[in-house]
Amino acid sequence: MKLSAQLVYGLVACILMVSAPHAEHLPLWVSAECGALLLWRAWLARSGKALPPRWLLLGITLLSVVGIAIGFRSLFGREVGVTLLILLSTLKLLELKAVRDATIVVYLSCFIIITNFFYSQSIPTALFMLATLLVILATWVHMQTGDLAFKPRLRIGGMLLLQAIPLSLILFVLFPRVQGPLWGLPQDAYASSGLSDTMSPGSMSKLSLNDAVAFRVNFDGEAPSRDRMYWRGPVLWDFDGTTWKRGRNATTQKSTLEDTGMSLGYTVTLEPHNKRWLFALDMPDKLSIPHRLTPDFQLLSEKDVSTRLRYHAESLLSYRANPDEPPRQLQRALNLPRGLNPQAHELAQGWRTQHPDDDAAIVREVLRHFNQGGFEYTLEPPLLGMNGVDEFLFQTRQGFCEHYAGSFVYLLRAAGVPARVVTGYQGGEYNTLGDYYILRQADAHAWAEVWLGKRGWVRYDPTAAIAPARIESGLSAAVSNPAALPFMARNPPPWLRNLRFNWDALANQWNQWVLGYNSETQFAFLTRLGMEDISWQKLALNMLAGIFILVGVFTLLLLRRLVVRSSDPVQASWLRLCRKLGKAGLPRAPHEGPLDYAARVGAAHPEVAASMDDLAARYVALRYRAPGDDTALLAFKRAVASFRL
Amino acid sequence: MKLPDIRGSLKHKFRNWAFRRTVETGTVLLNQRRIYILPTRQFFGFGFVLVLMLLGDINYNLSLGYVLTFLLATTGGLSMLYAFRNMAQLEIHAGYVEPVFAGEQARFVFHFNNPGSLPRHQIHLHDDAGHETVFDLPALTSTPVELALPATKRGWLDSGRLTLYTRFPLGLFNAWSYIHFDVRALVYPKPAAPQALPIAAAPDGSGKTTIRGDEDFAGLRNYVPGDAMPRIAWKALAREQGLQVKEFSAQQGQQLWLDWSQLPDIAQERKLELLTRWVLDADTQGLHYGLRLPDGEVIPQHGPAHRAECLRRLALYGIPQP
Repeated sequence: MKLSAQLVYGLVACILMVSAPHAEHLPLWVSAECGALLLWRAWLARSGKALPPRWLLLGITLLSVVGIAIGFRSLFGREVGVTLLILLSTLKLLELKAVRDATIVVYLSCFIIITNFFYSQSIPTALFMLATLLVILATWVHMQTGDLAFKPRLRIGGMLLLQAIPLSLILFVLFPRVQGPLWGLPQDAYASSGLSDTMSPGSMSKLSLNDAVAFRVNFDGEAPSRDRMYWRGPVLWDFDGTTWKRGRNATTQKSTLEDTGMSLGYTVTLEPHNKRWLFALDMPDKLSIPHRLTPDFQLLSEKDVSTRLRYHAESLLSYRANPDEPPRQLQRALNLPRGLNPQAHELAQGWRTQHPDDDAAIVREVLRHFNQGGFEYTLEPPLLGMNGVDEFLFQTRQGFCEHYAGSFVYLLRAAGVPARVVTGYQGGEYNTLGDYYILRQADAHAWAEVWLGKRGWVRYDPTAAIAPARIESGLSAAVSNPAALPFMARNPPPWLRNLRFNWDALANQWNQWVLGYNSETQFAFLTRLGMEDISWQKLALNMLAGIFILVGVFTLLLLRRLVVRSSDPVQASWLRLCRKLGKAGLPRAPHEGPLDYAARVGAAHPEVAASMDDLAARYVALRYRAPGDDTALLAFKRAVASFRL
Repeated sequence: MKLPDIRGSLKHKFRNWAFRRTVETGTVLLNQRRIYILPTRQFFGFGFVLVLMLLGDINYNLSLGYVLTFLLATTGGLSMLYAFRNMAQLEIHAGYVEPVFAGEQARFVFHFNNPGSLPRHQIHLHDDAGHETVFDLPALTSTPVELALPATKRGWLDSGRLTLYTRFPLGLFNAWSYIHFDVRALVYPKPAAPQALPIAAAPDGSGKTTIRGDEDFAGLRNYVPGDAMPRIAWKALAREQGLQVKEFSAQQGQQLWLDWSQLPDIAQERKLELLTRWVLDADTQGLHYGLRLPDGEVIPQHGPAHRAECLRRLALYGIPQP
């Protein structure tokens, strides 16, 4: 069968729709080439001209592949694969002659849709997928319906899709999930910018411009006050003059946490960030997923968090952390690079001589210094040189949280008080609709921990000494120029805020229930539904049972309109009589009128001749002579019902 | 070279055995007992694509990918139901088949009644030799469907067992049914090349006279359906006198016997072909003619019914009646 122009347009639309979302990450020339090729194909179909010769297509293909190989410096990998797939499907359209080959284009389109999910699986993506599927199905139906018009084809495709949705829902919920990956996951599976495990001036303020969601939190009960919401991330020990690093722990001794009450449970939905650390409130106590707790209370996942992760955690808000820290570890908390920042050392030594035995008093001195020394909290601090701490403390006095946390720890170490930098997130935005907190990259924060003997490691946040509003109400309240902040960190009008909250609540549900649906959530969900002893065999059985039931329902629904019984009661009664006679071996011939039929029946069975003639006469009267006579109709119905042959 | 034939005949035998049905009369209802469904080759290609997609979903943990894969899989599954629905509950009965001459196409007509409110799409009807027709059936209507089969030999042409199939909507499933109606086409012998009519014998047997063609024009009469085209008075029509037919008075009373025994010594089929040609020519010329065959005769007459009877006798000559 030859391809009709209509079918070619459909196929061009399919390829166009499946590759459109890829346009933003394809090389520009590939997008342009594909667009041009598709236009060319549509034009050829419209004008009825012959397809380009083979050698030309082969030439274009070779040139494009070489171009891609040069552009990507490889012919392997996901990005290249997707680019090649789109290009070759487009080229396939140009050599398509028979309807049978068009099936391949349809299959390829379906496959290209799935490659888009590497980049986005959001709600709009899902909706666009449905629209694309509809176009694909309508085109597919076209191959089997010849010259059926576009609208009925779209209807058939739409009905198929609509009926497939409940069935695939059953499959989605009950299909036994296998935890991937089956083979190596490429490094570029997910890419995101987030917290890193080093801190230098500017690293936090750079994040403060990032509106992306880092994680979301549902508290089991009451949420703690905002100034206690410190989400602990990487702990930084080693300082080289500009950058704080994690370094290596000098001990393998397990951390100890003495509970002084205030245990708090909550669930975190963590966005993938390709690093191992997990976030929990200071101080983490229990975690629902496999993890490792380092001696400095850092939670680490077993492997990089490359997919969205959901876990339940319990934290102690009042605690005594590692009061008996081993000396080697404490020594790490005192190390400073030699020969730098002489003014800072001098200042710290002065405090030490004032309070020879009181570490806590020194801490208070430092905080007072920040609070009363004319320091300013800003997103755009001046650049610092070699003796960064000195410059910051005595000249610029303008900084973001990393400046305060870093110099705070520096001063304490210079005074001989063990201290370390802790990075993570602070606060969170409450979504009233979803009853959860959103933590964005802009909420990234750095603070300090000081070891105070029997009290263990105690958290101090020097930023709170300069800009308490940052801790109590968030970034926008604390910086003088909110316009520089990302949109959601500013204070947008309430209706816009509500809209954003609505959307984020929806996206959160989507993330948790659709995208985050894996073997664990499946297990939890089905247990909550009351299923016991879940095994994959059981899941498969349930799935099959569900599908059979639905298919049964569908069969009944779908086969309903195959025969339409007449709605005219006179006609219905007459047909009933005909069926009776038909069963007795005297079916009415299609051409036979009622009177002729009655005569024939009467001839074959003289015993019913009279009643048959009567019935036929009544039928004719009711149908043609006096329609609408209800008493006559009733009598006719009765007569038909009592008729026996 | 021989192998495909053996395979073909084995396949044929198997199908005859597996789907044995007797020849049917009256109206056939396509119910679930006579509709068979099997996946097509495309189905397996589609399945392969789905498996690839599922592996990708598992490996990259693409939840939306699972959704897409399941949507496509269930759509494919549903298309089986659609294929069945496209065929189910159709009522079919065979219609009248016009006789044809050997070498022409016999047009078998089947009336497909769609009693439901769903239109049916792209149903194919074909015989075992691959002659095919494709049609749609609108809702709540009866549609005549014509299947042209080549008539090669004179006599009865049986439609044979016909296959009715559909691959609607996605081509993943083939739903089919067999129908074998008690319907046959009468195939007249192929008329021989034009040849002069034999000499007509006078009814009294007084001798032989040649037919004088148009010289005995007697007048015009009104056209009645069935009159031969060459006898229509086109000039009269051009003069706006209506559709009229020329009558030839000379032919009244003259009888032409088309006699088997008078034919030269040629093969039997050639004789039949020649007689067919003469029957046609004599009818065209409006002659009274009779047909004499070894197994009987048709007394001289003229008109469409007579012509049909003569041709029928020629078609069925020497063929035992079933």
